Amino acid sequence: MKKYIDQGKKDTRSGYGAGMTVLGRTNPKVVALCADLVGSLKIQEFIDENPERFFQVGIAEANMMGIAAGLTIGGYIPFTGTFANFSTGRVYDQIRQSIAYSGKNVKICASHAGLTLGEDGATHQILEDIGLMKMLPGMTVINPCDFNQTKAATIAIAEHEGPVYLRFGRPAVANFTPADQKFEIGKAILLNEGTDVTIVATGHLVWQSLIAAENLESQGISAEVINIHTIKPLDKEAIINSVKKTRAIVTAEEHNFLGGLGESVARTLTTTYPVPQEFIATQDTFGESGTPDQLMEKYGLNNKAIEKAVLRVLKRKV
Amino acid sequence: MSDLKELQDLVTQVRRDIVRMVHKVNSGHPGGSLGCTEFMVALYNEIMELKEGFDMNGLDEDLFFLSNGHISPLYYSVLARHGYFPVEELQTFRLLNSRLQGHPATHEGLPGVRIASGSLGQGMSVAIGAALAKKLNKDKHLIYSLHGDGELQEGQNWEAIMYAAGNKVDNIIATIDHNGQQIDGATSDVLPMGDLKKKFEAFGWDTMEIKNGNDLEEVIHGLNEAKKRTGKGKPVCIIMDTVMGNGVDFMMHTHAWHGKAPNDQQLEIALSQNPETLGDY
Repeated sequence: MKKYIDQGKKDTRSGYGAGMTVLGRTNPKVVALCADLVGSLKIQEFIDENPERFFQVGIAEANMMGIAAGLTIGGYIPFTGTFANFSTGRVYDQIRQSIAYSGKNVKICASHAGLTLGEDGATHQILEDIGLMKMLPGMTVINPCDFNQTKAATIAIAEHEGPVYLRFGRPAVANFTPADQKFEIGKAILLNEGTDVTIVATGHLVWQSLIAAENLESQGISAEVINIHTIKPLDKEAIINSVKKTRAIVTAEEHNFLGGLGESVARTLTTTYPVPQEFIATQDTFGESGTPDQLMEKYGLNNKAIEKAVLRVLKRKV
Repeated sequence: MSDLKELQDLVTQVRRDIVRMVHKVNSGHPGGSLGCTEFMVALYNEIMELKEGFDMNGLDEDLFFLSNGHISPLYYSVLARHGYFPVEELQTFRLLNSRLQGHPATHEGLPGVRIASGSLGQGMSVAIGAALAKKLNKDKHLIYSLHGDGELQEGQNWEAIMYAAGNKVDNIIATIDHNGQQIDGATSDVLPMGDLKKKFEAFGWDTMEIKNGNDLEEVIHGLNEAKKRTGKGKPVCIIMDTVMGNGVDFMMHTHAWHGKAPNDQQLEIALSQNPETLGDY
């Protein structure tokens, strides 16, 4: 199978910060807002270089979303920054009314998504945000897989007209996508060609899927791995074309199985090309404190869990 | 200054529009609309500097944000009679396939509206964002906004009020429609909010009052005074006392007409108290 090299572990949130630095230098319409989490969102360089284009709103996320909506009136492209939990559930109505329904060009950038936030526990580990955001008409939902892709996605969404939810995480993870890869919203990336099963993964689970595919190869199972960085709009064509070949699919995400990527894939395939599907996702539960690796193990979100899911789905394959 | 008689005629005509609009669809919010008629007529026809036509970004002109979006009948009538869209379109209020949604929205592309509102408590933040954009654009024009007094029970307002003062957003004039009423009754019964003027002052706003928000001259005078106070390092707040339902005697001084339409007979009485001046739509 195609070999991917970890260029050195890095956090995806630093990819956001690096992308913002580029945007600060290249796009004078980009402005950044933050709700008292500048250090966590890694945007100090943007602030140092563009102090007049940064708005510290304090611990007031609802106000941040409204101010961001207002800044678009006048031609600016606001990027809001806080944890995923406070970027979505806490401010859902503000996003719904003032941003999505009003069609405002706001980029909602959300760090520390999912279980890998770790020790802070379930109060801060949102596993429902993809569902919340994808249900909003007109909202684009993106969950890149590593530092390079998060940086590229940050830069790309500035060119997209309309509201975007960009989800990334806290821990240092494998950085394996090419640094110069252009990010195309809504365009899946085929990482490995295979014939027996399709693994469609998003976010931190993409690297885990590659490890699983490698392990499966040694067992004589050929897994196709697709990086679905954009959950909405979903690249239906890439998924359908793949399962026409493999006739079995596993979806993998750091999110509840309700409302996540897996459901979007299932809805797509049920109405076009139904095949057996297994879901790597949390099982309608809250998280808890622990290290990221411990949590991903306990809640069944690592390469071993993906491998088992593949074996299950192959048994159901007709 | 425009001729006061002309503006007063417009106020009366807008009141007719409001009661006719809500009567036709047997829904909508006449009370707050009638109470703020003088304010909004003065704002659009005497106070704000406005360009011809409408573009979303609103560069080089004053902007207005309606936070208490349920008084949409008033907003739509004033926008239409200012020329943003045909006055005849008022007859589509709240109907299927209309641009005149129950609460103001941008989704259908109605000229004059820049944000959806009516989910209460969000307009102040949006207005502040637009004010910050004006500053970034080095545009000296002002941001005006209107908020219900009951609406201030929403916590987001106080985040916004704190932000605007702390960051010297001094190109905004936020007016509070202080009519003392909300859906469930008097604000003093539903949730007493104490002294609003002192609250805004304590948060660092330059705060003034309009004691009779249904006196056109007093409203114009107050808004002109507020304008003079902008650009001095503080956001400006006007606590404007109004009478809910003003101009239709049986709708006045009560919350009963907050969200209720008049029947045929009540409509006739309301219209007889506001004779046609500029022509019905």
